[in-house]
Amino acid sequence: MALIQTLGARTLRWLYSLGHAAYFFADLVRFSPAALRRFGLVVAQVHAIGNRSLVIIVASGLAVGFVLALQMYYALVRYGAAESLGLVVNLSLVRELGPVVAALLFAGRAGTSLTAEIGLMKAGEQLAAMELMAIDPRARVLAPRFLGGIVAMPILALLFSTIGIIGAWVVAVLLIGIDAGNFWSIQQSGVDIWRDVGNGIVKSAVFGVICTFVALYQGYETQATPEGVAYATTRTVVVSSLGVLGIDFILTALMFSTP
Amino acid sequence: MRQSPAPWSPGQRAAFAVGVAAGRPQPLNNDTLIDIAHVTFGYDASRTILNDVSLTFRRGKVTAILGGSGCGKTTLLRLIAGVHPANSGRVVFDGETVQAGERDQLYRLRRRLGMLFQFGALFTDLTVFENVAFPLREHTGLSDTMIRDIVLMKLNAVGLRGAAQLRISEVSGGMARRIALARAIALDPELIMYDEPFAGLDPISMGVAANLIRKLNDATGSTSLIVSHDVQECFAIADYAYLMSSGGKVVAHGTPDQLRDSDDAEVRQFTRGEPDGPVRFHYPARPLAEDLGMPA
Repeated sequence: MALIQTLGARTLRWLYSLGHAAYFFADLVRFSPAALRRFGLVVAQVHAIGNRSLVIIVASGLAVGFVLALQMYYALVRYGAAESLGLVVNLSLVRELGPVVAALLFAGRAGTSLTAEIGLMKAGEQLAAMELMAIDPRARVLAPRFLGGIVAMPILALLFSTIGIIGAWVVAVLLIGIDAGNFWSIQQSGVDIWRDVGNGIVKSAVFGVICTFVALYQGYETQATPEGVAYATTRTVVVSSLGVLGIDFILTALMFSTP
Repeated sequence: MRQSPAPWSPGQRAAFAVGVAAGRPQPLNNDTLIDIAHVTFGYDASRTILNDVSLTFRRGKVTAILGGSGCGKTTLLRLIAGVHPANSGRVVFDGETVQAGERDQLYRLRRRLGMLFQFGALFTDLTVFENVAFPLREHTGLSDTMIRDIVLMKLNAVGLRGAAQLRISEVSGGMARRIALARAIALDPELIMYDEPFAGLDPISMGVAANLIRKLNDATGSTSLIVSHDVQECFAIADYAYLMSSGGKVVAHGTPDQLRDSDDAEVRQFTRGEPDGPVRFHYPARPLAEDLGMPA
C-alpha cells in the first residue's frame, strides 16, 4: 500500500513538473513576438550566446573532421571506395554529427551559462525587482534569450560542419593524398542542399529550442542559493543532452526514412 | 499602545465596504494611501508569518515597520506589492483592493510604487546610468536626451551623478543602495518601499541614506514605508512606526516619541536593544547541564 502511495505521489509530482514546464514553454512562445519587435535585444543575445560557444565549436569541429576522415579512409580503402571519402564525411557531418555534437557542446557551454546567469539574477533579486517595476522578466529577459538560442544554434551547427569538412580535407587531401577535385566534386554531386543540408538546419533549430528552453527553465526555477544554481546548471546539461539525443532519433527517422 | 486598533472608524469601514460592494474603488479617508485589514499570511499551512495584522499608512508620511528578523516585515511589503495573496484579510492601495492574481491590475499598481531592495537588486550587466534609465526606457516613450536628463537629475539627488558611467561591480555597498534608490524614484512613484535600507551600511552611509529617504519623501510628496530593525535611524526620520513581534503580530504603534517612552516590556526591549526580555535570547532547548550530561 505504501509503495503504491509513493509511486502515485511521484507520478503526480512528475506530472505537475511536466505541466509547469509546458506552461513555461507556452509563455516563452507567447512573449517571443513581442521580443522580436525589440530586435536589438535578440541580436545582442545571438551575439552573446553564439560567441560563448564559438571557440569550442570550431575546435571540436576541426578535431571531429580530422578523426572522421581518418576512420572513414581506413574503412573505405578496404573496399576500394576511398574516393567516396568526401561524400561520406560531408553527409555524416551535415545530417548528423554537426547538429547533434554542436547541440551537445552548446548545452554544455552556452546552456549552463544561461542557467547560471538567470539563476544568479534570481538569487540577486534582479528578476523580482523587474517584476516590481511592472516589467515581466519572461518578456524582457527570457524571450530574447530564447530567440537568440534558436537563431544561434543552426549557425553554430553549420560552422561545426564546415570546419569539420575543412578538417577532413586537410587529412584526406594534404596528408593521405586523395585527389582534391574528386574530394569536392563527389560532395557537389552527392549532397542535396534541401534534403541533407536543409534537414540538418531544421534539426539544429529544433535542438536550439530544446537546449535554450531547458537552460532558461532550469535557471528560472532554480532555488536561489549557490547549491541551487550549481544543481540547475548540472541538470541543464543532463536534460538537454538526453532531449537532443532522444529527439534526434525521431527527427532522423522522419527526415531520412525514404532512400 | 499595545495591539493595533482598527485604523478606520466603524463608520468609515462600513462606508468603504459599500463602495467596494458597488465595485468602485472608494478611498474614504483621503489621508490613507494603504490600508491593511486583518491580514493573515503563511507561505505554507504549517507556518503563519503574519497573524491578523492591521496597519494604515498615511499619504505623504514616512512610516517605519520595525521588528526582529523573521517577523514578517518584508513579507508585508510583498503583500502590498501583490507578490503573494493574503490567506485572509485585505490589502487596499489607494481605495483599490490588491489582487495578487490579476496581472494587469498589479502592473498598473506597481507602476505607482518604487521599491528599494535590501541589497539593491541592481542589474549587474548594466552601468549605473543604464540601471536608473531602465524603468524609464521600459515604461515611457521619452527621447534619449530626456532620459539622460532625468537620470542625471535622479543620480544628482542621491549624490552619484559623477558615478553614472561606472559598472555595478565598481561601486560600494552604500553606493549600490543609493543607485537603487535613484532607480526606485526614476518614475516619481507615489509610494516608495524600503526593505532594510540601513542593513550592512557604515555609520556615514547609514546617516546619508536616512537623510535621503526623508528629503526625497518631503521633496517629492511621496509616501515612504521603511522596513527595518535599526531603531535609532528609523526613529530619526519616521513620522509613525509599527513594531511587529516574531509571531507576526503588531505589538505596538505610535510616533517615535510615544514608542520610545512606552513602558511595555517588549517595546522597551526592542527599542533599547536589551538581550533578554519577553523575546528570549536562547532558542527553546533542554537545560544546558542536561545536554552536557552533568548531574542536575
